[in-house]
Parts: sequence; structure tokens; C-alpha cells
Amino acid sequence: MAVPDVKENFSGTINEVTIGATSEEGGTRTSTVTIGGETGYPMLGFEAEYPHPPAFALEISTAGVEGWHDECRKHLADVAGDLGAWAAKCEEWGADMICLCLDAAHPDNEGRSPQQCADDVKRVLEATGLPLLVWGTDVDEVDNNVLPKCTQAAAGENCLFGTAKEDNYRTIAASCLADNHKVLAEAPSDINLSKQLHILLRDVGVDLADMVMHPTTGALGFGMVYIYTTIERGRIAALSGDRLLQQPVLVNIGKEIGRVKEAVSPAQADPQWGSHEVRAPLWESASAISYVESGAELLVLRNPEALRQAKTAIESMWP
Amino acid sequence: MALTGLEIYMLLPRTNCGDCGVPTCLAFAMKVASKQASFDECPHVTDEAKEKLGAAGAPPQKLVTIGVEKPLKIGNETVMFRHDEKFYNPCGIAVLVRDTDDVARKAQKVKALSFERIGQVIEVDTVALECASGDGETMKAAATELNQSLAGMPMVLIADSSELLAASAGALAASRPLLWERGGPSDALIELAASSGLPLVVEGDLEKCAADAQKAKDAGIEELVLCPGDVGPKEGLQFLTITRRAATQKSYRPLGYPSLIRVTSEDPVAQSLQACHYVYKYAGIVIMDTDQPEYILAPLVARQSIYIDPQRPVQVEAKIYEVNEPDEKSPFLITTNFSLSYYSVFGEVDGSRAPARILAVDTQGTSVLTAWAADAFGPEQIKKAIEKSGVFDQLAEGYRRPVIPGLVAVISGELSEEIGQEVIVGPQEASGLPRFLKNEWPKLVG
Ligand code: B12
Ligand code: SF4
Repeated sequence: MAVPDVKENFSGTINEVTIGATSEEGGTRTSTVTIGGETGYPMLGFEAEYPHPPAFALEISTAGVEGWHDECRKHLADVAGDLGAWAAKCEEWGADMICLCLDAAHPDNEGRSPQQCADDVKRVLEATGLPLLVWGTDVDEVDNNVLPKCTQAAAGENCLFGTAKEDNYRTIAASCLADNHKVLAEAPSDINLSKQLHILLRDVGVDLADMVMHPTTGALGFGMVYIYTTIERGRIAALSGDRLLQQPVLVNIGKEIGRVKEAVSPAQADPQWGSHEVRAPLWESASAISYVESGAELLVLRNPEALRQAKTAIESMWP
Repeated sequence: MALTGLEIYMLLPRTNCGDCGVPTCLAFAMKVASKQASFDECPHVTDEAKEKLGAAGAPPQKLVTIGVEKPLKIGNETVMFRHDEKFYNPCGIAVLVRDTDDVARKAQKVKALSFERIGQVIEVDTVALECASGDGETMKAAATELNQSLAGMPMVLIADSSELLAASAGALAASRPLLWERGGPSDALIELAASSGLPLVVEGDLEKCAADAQKAKDAGIEELVLCPGDVGPKEGLQFLTITRRAATQKSYRPLGYPSLIRVTSEDPVAQSLQACHYVYKYAGIVIMDTDQPEYILAPLVARQSIYIDPQRPVQVEAKIYEVNEPDEKSPFLITTNFSLSYYSVFGEVDGSRAPARILAVDTQGTSVLTAWAADAFGPEQIKKAIEKSGVFDQLAEGYRRPVIPGLVAVISGELSEEIGQEVIVGPQEASGLPRFLKNEWPKLVG
């Protein structure tokens, strides 16, 4: 029986963004990551092109794993005190990228100096050949002092730096332009805010093709579905030709898992939910899969077991 | 296709009697057009009008009902993206049981897969019984036992031939199981389903499904479920997407039914993740081959999430909630009226058996930080909510100290000035509350 043709054709494509530079490209990375390039809704091989599967970054923090939940920490006990060893381990675990969080620079922590942060960046670049995402503190003044030093320290490595926000994008944009890095643009849960921010960044000289967007992130069962829909709306606009939303999407999941009771509550406390050892990484990988369903291309996780699970699942799903 | 508000208006009595709960027929028609009300909520429409609208407004995807006591209703979906309207009928999440299993034990396991979350029960609501014994009578015995111990939970009966299915289908007919003949349906099964009025699975690629669905419909079977067979998650997504589009965008009737899909991987983690994949992307029933809660929880929460009405915030009434019989010296906690925020707090307080009052401030159903960022959960709003609640009258002097969520610690000073009382900053996560209430709160007020 002749089934009607329901294929959808779009005029727009998601930008391809490459992070990392090998020696040929003037850097020292042993691999690079390219995300984006899709020409349709997620994972529909019968109608669109999907040149790159989603990439996964593992998070490492200059402040260590204080406050991370136990099921995640148990994998990190040996390396959490040494950024270099931690980064190298992430590479071993199969991460495509490292997400270095400069938490120690936060005033609530030790308020680590810009120069020390730049040294941290250098240390990680030396310890691993993976491309790097560097994440500031979300405190504007601190980021404005710290990030320029760090972009400089990583000059030539084509990293992704974040986050640039509506209230604080000039300094980070200027330093990324000066040192040739990509910009992570963060606007909370609303595609119009994202568009606005991309315009602001473009107006100070950042190419639309050099941005990755972060619509902020909630874990599965903890606001995920609102962001899922935000991403879907953005994707529809992007594929219909809106160049201000054609940036690939990042979600930062690892951080959010510690808030989810179903993921962190030990089996003695909640026996009805079964094995805690299974639940903790599975909640992280299930949150990751949820976002891939809506269009996310770059996912930041914390738990290496969640990374393995999510990558295996994506392999079986990706066209 | 869909009628406009004006066209619907022309079908109404136009008396503006208000019995539908809306002041005028025109307003009611507009609500029907935007699918916020259903045509039969007007008690005065004529049968003729019903017929006219019924034919024009027949849903693009058939509603299929499985089971009787706690029926599973699937289908009737209208959109590909939830923000275009909403997803209406939560998919069934089924656990696979084989008739060679210890059925009584399996039933106990399935029963345990029920949880409370945000004030709702989320649970495995369907069971799939497969004939692995190769014997129709064995399957019938298992089906009967399962049906009894699971109190008529909606059931999918799976077997390789209609002969094997016949006995169980006959025994359970009153419980309205869904019949799935592998690779079917054969003519014999179509006949059986037609005579017993049971819903039926059609299995195969798109063309075969469409052809078989047509055949079954011609035989008088209204309620069908489409299934791509044992495929992986790539083909599965493709099948689910194309059938949903064919129905909702092309009004193509032969594929205008919900779909059933069985997770094929043997690894339970992959089962869990693939089940989520299908829950988001258009499954009507997902069958999983695990009965362990740790693997089933994520798909259940995925389902709860994706079927939330995006137009309507999930909220609780904004008021004081008394938990565990508080007295005048019990803690007083403040949260928002977003269901997720409120129930996170309620769950912890209730579970810890500590008596307390919880004030859910009207933030129009948004979370603590979302509301704070949108100026709906600042010192002024909280002060107003406290005043309106009259809660201070129920609290002894020295105990009128609200505990606010740790995430909005910054407002404590200003709030304290506004209400003229000391404000206590609670933990950032609700999960920190039991310990906080037991160890820290007494010291703070003591
Ligand atoms: C989902 C979401 C949305 C959804 C809202 C869904 C909803 N109904 O609330 C949508 C898409 C609508 C949205 C919109 C906006 N959002 Co928003 N959103 C989120 C997101 C991703 C998750 C929020 C969530 O659901 N959390 C889960 C609930 C349960 O958490 P909770 O209420 O905080 O409760 C927990 C604790 O606080 C604690 N708790 C709660 N009550 C109490 C009480 C006591 C006594 C104690 C001790 C503890 C306690 O228990 C709970 C569990 O531990 C967050 C990012 C994040 N990961 O948090 C951003 C976030 C909250 N959003 C943000 C913003 C800015 C906005 C907007 C203002 C953006 C804009 N300008 O459009 C709008 C506001 C729109 C409006 N006018 O309402 C910012 C807030 C920034 C800040 N720090 O102030 C965040 C943090 C994102 C970010 N990083 O920038 N958002
Ligand atoms: S009940 Fe019917 S007749 Fe009366 S106002 Fe409503 S739509 Fe009109």
C-alpha cells in the first residue's frame, strides 16, 4: 500500500563548529571535535544528514569534587586532587572533550587568582590531547578578570570559552576574538533571549559560526522538559532558516544530577527505587539522551559511567 | 479537517444559555476550535450537528482502549511537538512476562513498580504476556493468573500464531487485552478479534501495516495498534515518526493509530535509555524486558515530563499546608506553588515526620529561581503571601521565623526587614531538610 511521503525538507542547517586545534592547525591537540551540521530534526536518517554524532565532555573542576555526589565521586577519588591526572583519566574513559570549570576562582571558594587559573588551563592542556571547554565562575567580575588570562594561556588551541551572558559578554567576546577561541553563549530557557545574545555577540565581532549556545539545563524530572521544548523550538526556527539560532546546543548535565533525589538517594533510604549504583549514572545518561532527542549536540557530564552509557546508547540510535 | 470557531458556532443552538459553563455559544465555539473544550460539553447540540462535526473533526489518530478496570487509553495525538498543543494520552509502559516464568512472582514485581512523584502516581500500567511455552493452554493459565493478581491491569497477549492466542483471548475477553500475533495478523486472528471486539496489533513495515490495518478495518475492527516488529532504536524512531506524521499531517487513515514498540536490547541500561527514546518520540506502548525499578524509573519520569501540558503550569494551590500536625512552635517553611518545588519540600518534611507548615507562595507555578528571576518570589511577594495566610497568628512569639530556600539566601535581609522578623536560610536542596529540621532548626529558634 502506498504510504504518503512525509519527509520534511528544510532551508536551514545547524552550523558546524570545530573545537580544538592539532599541530597542523597551530595547536597541540591530538584530536578535535566537530559538532552540528544536521539538516533536519534529531536522528531521522530517512530525510536528513547527520555528519557528526553528539560530543560528550567530562567535567573537571579546579575546586575538586567537594559537593559532588558520592556515586560520582567514587570514580574520581584517585584523581580529583590533581587536574592533570584527572584530565588524562577522562581521556582514558572516552570523553571527546574536557570541560574545565574554574570553580576555585569563585569568591566562595579560595578566590584563585587569574594567573593561577591560567596555569590550571595550561596544566590541563599538557596532560591531555583532547579539546578543551573552559567554564568560568558565573560571577561577572571574577570571569572578566580570569577568563582573559585563560584565553591567552590557551592561545592557538581553539577552545570553547564560557559563559557569555547578556549582562556580561564584552570581555569574554573580546578575549576569544583576540586568541581565536569559540564562545559559549548562555541565555536562560528562552529562544528570544538566545537570539538577542547572539546579536550582541555578533555586533562586537564574534562570527555567528563561532558560537555554541547554552539554554541552561535542568535534569530529567527537574525542569528538563522545559529546556527540551526550548531547544525544540530553537531547532525548528534554525532549520527554517533563522541564522540566529543555527548554533549547536550545549547542555551541562553532570552538575544538575546531584539535585535529583532519584539519582542520589541511597538504597537504604529509598529501597523502592532499587540499586543506587545503577540509578546514579543512569539518571545522568538518561538526562543526556533526553536532550539529544530534542537536538543538543554537546553534553557535559561528570560521571564516567554515565558517559559510557550515553555514548553506547547514542551509537545505537544515531543515523 | 478542523473546523473554525465560526463554523462550530453555526452548529450550536445559539441560545447563549450558559449551561456549558461559558457565557455565550460563540465563546464556547472558540474554545472547542482551540481544543480547550469538547463539543459534547454543550448539552443542547442536536444529533445532526454532532454527526456533522464528528465526521469533520474525527481525530487523525484513533483512540485505542486496552483493559477495562484501569484502562490504558492511547492514541488521539494531534501534534509532533508538545509546544504546538500538548501530548494527550501518556504511553503505556509495559513489562514483558513469559508464560514460562514464575508468573506469581513476576506479578509481585510488576505491582511494586509504582511510585509517587510530584503528587502523582507514576507506574508500570501495562503488562505484556508472551507465549514462550509454545502451548496455548499454558499461556491461558498464565494470562488468567496474571490478570487476577494484577487486578485487570491492561494486557498485551503475544504469540506466534492465532491458535496459540485463541485460548487466552477467549478467557480474558472481558478484560479487553490487546492481541499481538507475531508477524500478523492472520485472517484467522482478524476474525477472532472482530468477533470478540478486541483491539489488535498489526506488525510489519509501513506498507504492510497500512495494508493490514485497512484489511482489519474492513473486517470491522476499529481499534488497532501499529508495530514495526523487532527493530533497533534507529528504525524504531523512523517508524514511530513516519506513522505519527502520516496520521497528524496527512490524515492518512491506514496509519492513523498509535504504535507499540518493544525494546530489543538485552542490556538493562540500554533497555532503559531506549525506552526513554521511544517515550519521547511517539510510542503508544513501550514494552521493556526488565522488572527492576532502577531501570524503569527513568522512562516513567520521562513519560511524566513529556506529557505535561506546556500551556498549563503544574502547580498546587497557593496556601499554607500543615504537615504532621504542627503546633505553635513548629517550623514554618516557604516555597513556591510549582508542584515540583512544593512536593520536593513536602516529601522531605512528611518523610522525616517532623511537624511543619509549608507556605506555597503563588509564583504562577514556577520554581524557586525561575520565580525569583522573574520578580515573583521576592521579599514583597513573600511578605504579602505571609500576611494573606494569617500564619503568624498560629505561631508563638519567637517562632514566626520563616525558613526560606537556600537558593534565595540573598533575599533574607530584605525579607526580614519587610516582615519585622528574623528569617532563617534553609538548605539549598529540599533533601537537606530532614537533617536541617532535626539538628539546626532547634538551635536557631532555641
Ligand atoms: C525549567 C526552568 C525554567 C522554566 C520554568 C519552569 C517552572 N515551572 O518553573 C521556564 C522555561 C518557563 C523558565 C523561564 C525562565 N527562567 Co528558568 N530555569 C529553569 C531550570 C532549567 C530548572 C528549574 C527547575 O525546574 N528546578 C527544579 C525545582 C524543583 O527547583 P526549585 O524550585 O529550586 O526547588 C528545589 C530547591 O530550591 C529546594 N527548595 C524549594 N523550596 C524550598 C523551601 C525550603 C524552605 C528549602 C529549604 C528548600 C527548598 O527544593 C527543591 C529540590 O531540591 C533552571 C536552571 C536550573 N537547573 O535550576 C532555570 C533558571 C531557574 N531560570 C532562570 C531564568 C533567568 C529564567 C527567566 C527569568 C528567563 C527569562 N528572562 O525569560 C524565565 C522566567 C519566566 C517567567 N516569567 O516565569 C535562571 C535564574 C537565574 C538566577 N540565578 O536567578 C536559571 C537558574 C537558569 C540560569 N542558570 O540562568 N525557566
Ligand atoms: S450550553 Fe450550548 S447552547 Fe448553551 S451557551 Fe453553551 S454552547 Fe450555547
